[in-house]
Amino acid sequence: MFQKVELRLSGSGGQGVILAAIIMADAAIEQGINAIQTQSYGPEARGGASKAEVIISKDEIKYPKVTNCDILLALTQSSYDKYIASLSKNGILVADESVNVNRDALYKIYRLPILDTAQNKIGTHMVSNIVSVGVLYALIGEDVISKDVMMRSVANRVPPVTVDKNMRAFEEGIKLIRNN
Amino acid sequence: MNCSENTQKYYRVNRLPHIWCPGCGHGTLLNAVVRAIDKENLNKDEVVIVSGIGCSSRAPGYLDFNTLHTTHGRALGFATGLKLANPKLHVIVIMGDGDSSAIGGNHLIHAARRNIDITAVVFNNDIYGMTGGQYSPTTPYGDFATTAPYGNIDRPFDLCSLAQGAGATYVGRGTAYHVPLMQKLIEKGIENKGFSFIEGLSICPTYYGRKNKKGSAFKMQSFLKDNCVDIKVAEKNSEKGKDKIIIGEFYNNPKPEYTEGYQVIIDKFQKQGRD
Amino acid sequence: MSNNHGYKLYQGNEACVEGALDAGMRFFAGYPITPSTEIAEISSQKLPKVGGKFIQMEDELSSMAAIIGGSLAGVKSMTATSGPGFSLMQENIGYASIAEVPCVVVDVQRGGPSTGMPTSPAQGDVMQAKWGTHGDHPAIALTPNSVQETYEYTIKAFNIAEKYRTPVILLMDETVGHMREKLKLKASSEIEVVDRKKPSCSPKEYVAYRPDEDMIPPMASFGEGYRYHVTGLTHDETGFPTNSNEISGKLIHRIVDKVEKNIDDISFFEEYKMEDAEIVIVAFGGTSRAVKSAVDEMREKNIKVGMFRPITIWPFLEKQISKVADKAKEIYVAEMNLGQYFIEVDRIAGKKCHVNKINKVTGELFTPKEITDAVTGGRL
Repeated sequence: MFQKVELRLSGSGGQGVILAAIIMADAAIEQGINAIQTQSYGPEARGGASKAEVIISKDEIKYPKVTNCDILLALTQSSYDKYIASLSKNGILVADESVNVNRDALYKIYRLPILDTAQNKIGTHMVSNIVSVGVLYALIGEDVISKDVMMRSVANRVPPVTVDKNMRAFEEGIKLIRNN
Repeated sequence: MNCSENTQKYYRVNRLPHIWCPGCGHGTLLNAVVRAIDKENLNKDEVVIVSGIGCSSRAPGYLDFNTLHTTHGRALGFATGLKLANPKLHVIVIMGDGDSSAIGGNHLIHAARRNIDITAVVFNNDIYGMTGGQYSPTTPYGDFATTAPYGNIDRPFDLCSLAQGAGATYVGRGTAYHVPLMQKLIEKGIENKGFSFIEGLSICPTYYGRKNKKGSAFKMQSFLKDNCVDIKVAEKNSEKGKDKIIIGEFYNNPKPEYTEGYQVIIDKFQKQGRD
Repeated sequence: MSNNHGYKLYQGNEACVEGALDAGMRFFAGYPITPSTEIAEISSQKLPKVGGKFIQMEDELSSMAAIIGGSLAGVKSMTATSGPGFSLMQENIGYASIAEVPCVVVDVQRGGPSTGMPTSPAQGDVMQAKWGTHGDHPAIALTPNSVQETYEYTIKAFNIAEKYRTPVILLMDETVGHMREKLKLKASSEIEVVDRKKPSCSPKEYVAYRPDEDMIPPMASFGEGYRYHVTGLTHDETGFPTNSNEISGKLIHRIVDKVEKNIDDISFFEEYKMEDAEIVIVAFGGTSRAVKSAVDEMREKNIKVGMFRPITIWPFLEKQISKVADKAKEIYVAEMNLGQYFIEVDRIAGKKCHVNKINKVTGELFTPKEITDAVTGGRL
């Protein structure tokens, strides 16, 4: 039975990991369970490290920050290097295939072509955050958030003219896990 | 200060006598403001007089309008809030030279830039009078003040050029001697739908005058009389304007006004509702 | 499309604007500063849609001046800033206090002093919220710890400002301002909105600063026909400056008393697992989220610990803290500064029990573990 999941999404500024985290939290709230999204960022609007966190829980969430990271998303090498130590040993690492990861670990590892899927299947790196949302959603599962609700949150939170591309990106993200 | 029948109704007579020194030019300049308001036939209930801190800032207290005596330099900030919140108000701001261009210099240029419909009148006596005669941003180079005991090495502002450069759409300079001109400039400033800046050269016999051996108030007024030349005269004959203080209407170029611009946004987006 | 439970995901800063609009805010003047900027941005977007006004001023000095002007024109007004801007606003916060102009000032705290840590949480403005402006004056500051509370206490901040004719500080922190969690907006029928007391007499009879029995003078707006004088100088009941020492003294007493003597009306706090608590942790804002979690963890180990959370930071909740100290063996004050609120707690509780500090100024929110370690000496 699902109780709680703590996610940390990391990448470089401009990759949209904060929006991805907001969408995850939004869907959970719409589903009627609890969620908190937080972030930390440097002075740069583009480049630099970017980190966002989401806690999704059936119970009230008191402490808003991730203390026991269940799932870590790392889209860049530097974000992997910076946050990998914080991943719980029973956790899941989702890294872009461009990231060199230490295979000698207890946590489960998914090395997936997230950036490549965005660029080459959808046609723009701009949607790599929504490919990531698809990946994370596939890992959390439909029993936590229904697919309808999840898709609505994606559609509501991306720029209106990009909805189609982002819906496709979302589906491609799910496939990356299903076909893995 | 004598109030004529016409203007007495604009004064809070029970607040008089005023605090200004004998010979000070401020009372004369204030009267020009009042006469201009009378001429423009403004509804007393819709007039707000705002001031900052200093000798000039005591002016609103003597006037029977909505009056707001604020903090040093910030009069235009308060005035901007009042005008934007209720554009029906006629907002007239009275400031001193230090008030408007030292501590309040940033607010002056930005109010001018926005072209918000405020009439700013500066009573410029070239000195900090309230605190006892320190040099201000308009004290002439080389003059003396209690904080310039060896002569002032700051270069003074030309307030009208400053306001015009910052975007004021009506700019003029009068003096405590050239009262009809002063009144006319304020009238036209009130009529201008936008930011109007009128500098009134005042005299401070108590501090600036004594520090700089300028003589009596009468002599200081005579100086204004003899050394000011209207811009129209100076433009026709540059010889006449040479080494003189130029007065008159410098700039009158209406531009879109701020609160009207904001109303356009409201009209366009209000129908969309809050969400 | 809306769900059926009514909750939506909101950011703390967003919730602040929603609360302000529900309370009747129709004027906002501000200057961009992290981590409060979203409040200005969302205000700029939403205010014209409800017929309100937004202006980005040239600095915080004039932002504060502009909202006082807006309020004098009869429009409920707010500004939002962070530490450096809050410092600049102090000048005219004092003006609003002495001239009794209702307004709301939001301070989303960040690390300081000076530019400090713009994107990081801190609670270093506790004392500034009370003593930032010179002279004796009333101070009211409310500190929410969640997005829902930010919404609700922004409404309360306006209501208190209107009722007592005084500036009210909403003292947020980066954690609460930037986090997103669920919020249920209230239907307008469920929202209590307080408006300033207006004069019931004619303009001729109006004495602008003559207080009623409740110590608060009715307030006319500029432009309504009551032509009165407002000044930052000490003044008599007419609103004009006075040279009388006695009248000046009476004025300062009244503006302080109108708040201090109504403290019960504005005392908000939460008690968490306090019934049998021997150890009490006092915490507020973002810090209290870590403390609440820590209290749960310690309770699981049978440690009798609870949390007292002041939501009203100023005026200081002397009565409640004194009561806490009567029962507690030990009190900890946890805050993201070096012990500002501690000074007040220790002043009252220190006579009755031992009061300890738990402090953090690294620009990060406390972790629950840091709290449990501090309380248990790392034994947990």
